[in-house]
This record gives sequence, structure tokens and C-alpha cells, in this order.
Amino acid sequence: MGSSTALSHIRICDFTGQLAGAGATRWLAAMGAQVIRIEDPTNHGKWDILRGMKPFVDERRGLELGGGFNNHNVEKLGITLDLKTERGKELLAELVQVSDVVSENFAAGVLARLGFPYERLREIREDIVYVSNCGFGHTGPYRRYKTWGPIVQAMCGLTFGSGTRQGPPAGFGLSYMDHHGGNFMAIAILAALVHRNRTGEGQWVDMSCTEAGATLCGPALLDATVNGRPLRRPGMPQSNRSQHPLMAPHGIYPASGDDRWVALACRTDDDWRAIGSVIGAPWCHDESLATLGGRLAAEDELDVLMAAWTSTMSDRAAAQLLQAVGVPAAPVQRPAERIDDDPNTAEWGLWPSVEHREMGRVRVDGEPVHFSETDWSIEAGAPVLGQHNDQVYGEVLGLSASEIDELRDEGVI
Amino acid sequence: MVGRTGPLTGLRVVELSHERCAFAAKMMADLGAEVVVVEPPGGSVQRTYEPFVDDEPGPERSLWWWHYNTSKLGAVLDLGTAEGADAFRSLCRTADIVVEGEDPGRLAALGVDHDVVRSGQPSLIWVSVTPYGRSGPRNGWQATDLTLVADGGLAWSCGYDDHSLPPVRGGGNQGYQTAGIFAVLSALTAVLVRDAGGPGQFIDVNMCAAVNVTTEAATYEYLVAQATVQRQTCRHANPEPTTESHVRCADGAYATTGFPPTQARQFQAVIDWLDELGCRDELPEAFFLEMGVQRGSIHLSEITEDPEAREIFGTGRNAMRLIAAKLPAHEFFRQGQEKGMAVGAILSPEEVVADPHFVERGFPVQIHHDDLGRDVTYPGLPFRCSAAPGGVGRAPRLGEHQDHLFQLGTDPS
Repeated sequence: MGSSTALSHIRICDFTGQLAGAGATRWLAAMGAQVIRIEDPTNHGKWDILRGMKPFVDERRGLELGGGFNNHNVEKLGITLDLKTERGKELLAELVQVSDVVSENFAAGVLARLGFPYERLREIREDIVYVSNCGFGHTGPYRRYKTWGPIVQAMCGLTFGSGTRQGPPAGFGLSYMDHHGGNFMAIAILAALVHRNRTGEGQWVDMSCTEAGATLCGPALLDATVNGRPLRRPGMPQSNRSQHPLMAPHGIYPASGDDRWVALACRTDDDWRAIGSVIGAPWCHDESLATLGGRLAAEDELDVLMAAWTSTMSDRAAAQLLQAVGVPAAPVQRPAERIDDDPNTAEWGLWPSVEHREMGRVRVDGEPVHFSETDWSIEAGAPVLGQHNDQVYGEVLGLSASEIDELRDEGVI
Repeated sequence: MVGRTGPLTGLRVVELSHERCAFAAKMMADLGAEVVVVEPPGGSVQRTYEPFVDDEPGPERSLWWWHYNTSKLGAVLDLGTAEGADAFRSLCRTADIVVEGEDPGRLAALGVDHDVVRSGQPSLIWVSVTPYGRSGPRNGWQATDLTLVADGGLAWSCGYDDHSLPPVRGGGNQGYQTAGIFAVLSALTAVLVRDAGGPGQFIDVNMCAAVNVTTEAATYEYLVAQATVQRQTCRHANPEPTTESHVRCADGAYATTGFPPTQARQFQAVIDWLDELGCRDELPEAFFLEMGVQRGSIHLSEITEDPEAREIFGTGRNAMRLIAAKLPAHEFFRQGQEKGMAVGAILSPEEVVADPHFVERGFPVQIHHDDLGRDVTYPGLPFRCSAAPGGVGRAPRLGEHQDHLFQLGTDPS
């Protein structure tokens, strides 16, 4: 293997953290970019709360042992730099000068207060690509407001659209928009580099994670703005049902065993005949269910009948019976099943192992794509605090070993 | 030309219309790429997807089509004929990127698969988006957004505390959109490879794998600590149960109270807020908040060991819940954020595009529809590029830009 060569010509001066930012430069690092992660030595990089947060590989606890931090920062270089010192500011300017991109997901205005607004970055390097990502963006009445994943998801419409009954929404049981916040931020970086390569021009991309989330609500929004049919209406959302395009039956049904479920989708009348051939019960041949309109009209009753059938067998058996006749179906897989017992993910190489200096060998997320010529590579774990100070200050900025020692002694790095 | 200059202006993309890749091509088109979406005679099947304008079906009335095909040019080619296949190959020769979502084997049978087209054009970037990748063991399994979200593990993390209710698929086609996001990340990365003198390539996007690596702690709790997260109502799935964070507000809408106060200034803010609302009396244990102010801060590690810390922390949480129930959800969000607390209102998508913050930032865009005789509000771009912003334009009518093929010299007629 060895590092990817896709983006090995790109250097990122990276202030991102958590998943919403670190996820962006994770993709770039897996594609071979030199991502230099800058952390504050005066608080041991604690701004990224995942540094010391569970899960842990063993009984040890501490800022070098956060499992999520390792997952999101693979293949990056890590340096420390105190930007509150004059020497720290000088060194950052030197680093920006030899970087293609500056990326950060601080609260709006933080990097500017440290002395590096976009105008200053552009003074240092005119074609710099600066991408900022915060909850509500750098303009507008909410620009000072604070967010984390669940707040972003609440404010962008995604939480509201996830649920199957009256009462509180189910929402997303994860910081879903941290993933896609990071992914959109990476798209912003790549797009701005594409633009730079064609025009010679750098730019500032101001990303609001909430707006990025609001692009993911699907066609339901146009139903509101064109047809005047809001998603906030009685009986909605019913997000396990088909919505767009319409299908029935369509849902997640109980299987035998504790908390076991199978998802199935009947796309067409042909799918319905195939489902009927598997179930083999008289009600499947009811003329009124032969068409989509009939099945939609009887959706509640149909859900009860389907659940009665699926609960007589395992989630896998139900999925396999339906797939055998060409009907989309899958168990609701648990983590252990999709990670350790799933040929789709295993043959893909979706869970690579990395070497982390303190944690040892740990498996992490891979990438869901393969490139024929310059594929991704994930082998190195997240850097411990300042792990690459010698390499970056020495090889990238050309400082001597004694100069680096001096920076250490002065607490600049 | 749909044309608004964006960061991808100058890139040419051909999309073979498919629901699996429509979102990816839309993103590139909104960012300024020239995207020709190729439909079969009679139109893409997506034109038959709900919702419809005024609920009346028709090829130009599908809001699904409108939503997922913004900013594209539309042309019709019959790949089943020799002339159509020739024209498609010619069209590809004008492109930087081809993106398609066909089942493996279909394009090969028509003589227009990637290896055929790329053999004479090694600089071409070809992105294939399929449910389980082009050659994996599940190749051939049928899938929809619902079954991918189940199979890939996202559904396992979403739902309610009551596990007799099924896991939930969030609305908005998140499985498809997640794959689309990785398709764009891949395509733009491959453009930068080519910009640096490298070759074009074939990129295999595995939709189920994409969902697998978009599940946050569900995956790395297992990878790192062999723990299994359990779904909970409207908050993170977790190996151990956590307390509720959603509240039904005075207007019946829901809010999320975020993380309870832990700092002196936050405890003081909560006391002041209770007083402003005149409801401190309703919280008999409010004196714990004053102890929180005196104490300075609470560390999470103290909550399990120190009874006083536990009471202070719990009181802070209860105070936030009490306040949220007194106010309309959006008012709770505004007041809380103005006091420096990361809280949110659970908005529906149509409320997001009407919200003053997003309106002031220009996130919702108005697109004129001649057929309706009015403007329609659409979601805008996920981020703002200062140099070349891009923009969202109406989806093409069937064959609307057929003459564009003439201009490219690739029209079959």
C-alpha cells in the first residue's frame, strides 16, 4: 500500500476539530494530501473534545486515547503552535505561505481574533483557499450562536423529518451532520482548488453547517413551497413509509428474536406479485392489493399483515427470501454484523487498521469508494499532541533542530 | 446555458439520469459545472416520482425531478440504438466526468460501459454509483434508500426509547444522498489528480458502504471498545442509556436543550432566565444553581462520584427543561442562544427556508417557473464561495437542451 498519490501535491494548514471539521481533512488525508493539524499547546489540544472522549481501547484514559479522535484524524500530521505569542503568529504566516488551504471550524470570528481573518491570509498568500465551517455561518443574525451536531440537525429540518408517530421526532441518533458537515466542507475545499487551478484565484468559502443540512431534506420542501403542503402537518412525518416515490408496503418490520427488524420495499406491482409468491397466503392475491393505489389505501392493514409474516422468521431469512425473488429487503444490521460478519464491507476493505502511538493497532472507518488509479490509503493513526513538530518545523519550514528546541523551551510549540 | 459562474465552471459532466446519482450531478451543476443529464426517450423514470405540482402527474410536474435535477441541461438519447449509443460515446468525449448509477452489466450490454468509453479517452473520469459496488458479493441485490439505510446500519441508531417501535429511517433519502456526496468528493478529487498531470480514472462508489461509514459512534464504539449503541428518542444512540434532551414547548413544537450547564456563568444565566420568566418558584431545588455559581464549574467526571455535583448538574438540566416548556420553541432557541447556551428549535424544512437568518444569508433561492407563472422557493447552496458562488437554476424539461448536443457535434439526428 503506502500513501495515496491522489492529492500528495496539496498541503492543508488545518485547524479543524471534532468530526464536523476533522471529517473534511480526513478525506483529503486519506487521498494523500499533507494535512498539518495545528493544536494549542497551552490547553493540550482540548478544544477538540473528542481527544479525551470514549470509546477507549482499554482502562487507560487521557487526551491521547479518545477513540473518535483517532478515527477522524488518521493520516494527518500533528503540530502544536501557540497563536497567542508573536513567534507563533510568525510561524503560522510561514506555514500559510507554503499551504494551498487553510481550514477551520471554530465559532465564527475566532481565527480573525487570533489575527488571521481572510484578508490577512490573502496578504500572506494571494491564492490561498480559506474554508470556514460553523453552525450558522459568518453572517446573519445567528452568526454568534453555538451549535453541535444535534442542534444543527434540529435547526436544518432533518430532525423534524425523522419519525414514525405523533410526539417527539425520532431524529438522528448520531451527529449525522458532523459527518456531512465534514464531507461538504471537503467538497468546498476541493471545489475551490478546482477553481484556483483554472483561474489562479483563491477565495473564502463560508460554510454554515445548518444550511448544508438544509440541502439534505429532499423533495418534501418543494411540496411545501409549490403545493402549500408543509411537512409540519397532522400524521407526519412517517419517514419509514415511502414518501417519494410512493411504494407500498414499505417499512421496517419486526423479525423473530429480540429487537430484530427487516426493511422491505415493494416498488412495483411486479414486486407485489413476487412478495405474494413468497408469503403464499390468500390475502396476497386480493384484487384490491394488485395495484399501488389499492395498497396505499390499505397501508395500515398491510403493515400489520406484513409484520405478522416477518415475525415468523429471522431478519436474515426474510431478507433472503425476498431478495431471491428480486424484492429489495435487508436486515437492520447491528454494528457487529455489518462490521465483522458482512462480505460487502469485508471484501471492500472498509475497516482498515491503523497504528496509533498510544492506542496501538485500532480499526477505523475506510472510504466507500475505490479509485482505479490513485486509491485512498489509511494506515497511520491520529497524531499525538505535537507528534510531527520536528518534521513540520524542520522539513516544511526549514528550522534547525536547535531552533525547534528553542520554540519548545519558550512554549511556542 | 443554465449558467451562473461557480467554482466548477469550466468542468463538463455527463450524467446518465438515475436516482442514485442525480443528487451528485445536481451538486456539481449548482456549483457551476456544465452538466448534461441524458434521459431515455419518454424521459427519466424520476419524472414519474411524487410529489407532483397540484398532485397531478406529468413529466414536467414531478417535484422530485425539479429538486434533484436543478441547474442541469437536459437531452434525450436512446442508448438501445446504435445511433444513440454512438451519440452517447461522442458526448462522453466532450466531458471531464461521467456519472451514472446503472446496475453492473447494463451499460456493457449496450456497448457504452466505462472500459469501452475510457479505452479511447484515458483522461475521462467515470463515476459509477451502485448499491453494493461493481463487483462485490452482494452485487445483484436489489436496494432502495430504505434497505440501504437498514443494511448500512444508520437505521439501527435511529428511533425511540421504546424498542417495541421499529428503528427509523430519517426522511429525505439519506442513503442515496450520502452516496451522492461521496461521488462528488471522488469526482473532484480525480479532477485535481488530472490537473496535476495524472490520468483519468474509474471510480466505484458503494452506496451501502457509504452509509456504513456515516454512522459515527455506532461504528467506532464497536471498532474500539466492542460496544453496541442502542437507539433513544431524539438523541444520540449510546451503549448506556442517557437522559432526554428534547422538550415539548409552549407552542407544541419541540426543542432540544443541548448539553446542560456546567460553568458558573451558565448557572447564573439560568437563574436570571428563570427570574425573567418569573418561574424560579416552580423549581424548589433552584438553590443548587446558586451552588453551581459558587462552585465555578462541574466536571463530568465528578457527577458519578460527588453527590453535590450530581445535584447541581441535574438541577441545571431540569431548569432548562422547565424554561423550554414555558416558551415557544423558536423563542426558547433565540433566548437561550442570546444567553450563550447551545440550544435549538426542531424546525420543519419549510420553516428553515422562511427563517430570517437563512433568508438574510440568501440561502433560500427563488426560481422562476414560466409554467406556474411564479417564483418557487428552493434550498440554495451548501456553502458560499466568495470568488464564484454558483447558483441554483430550474431543472430541464424533457429534451429542453437537445440543441446543446448539436453544438457539441454529438446529436444523432
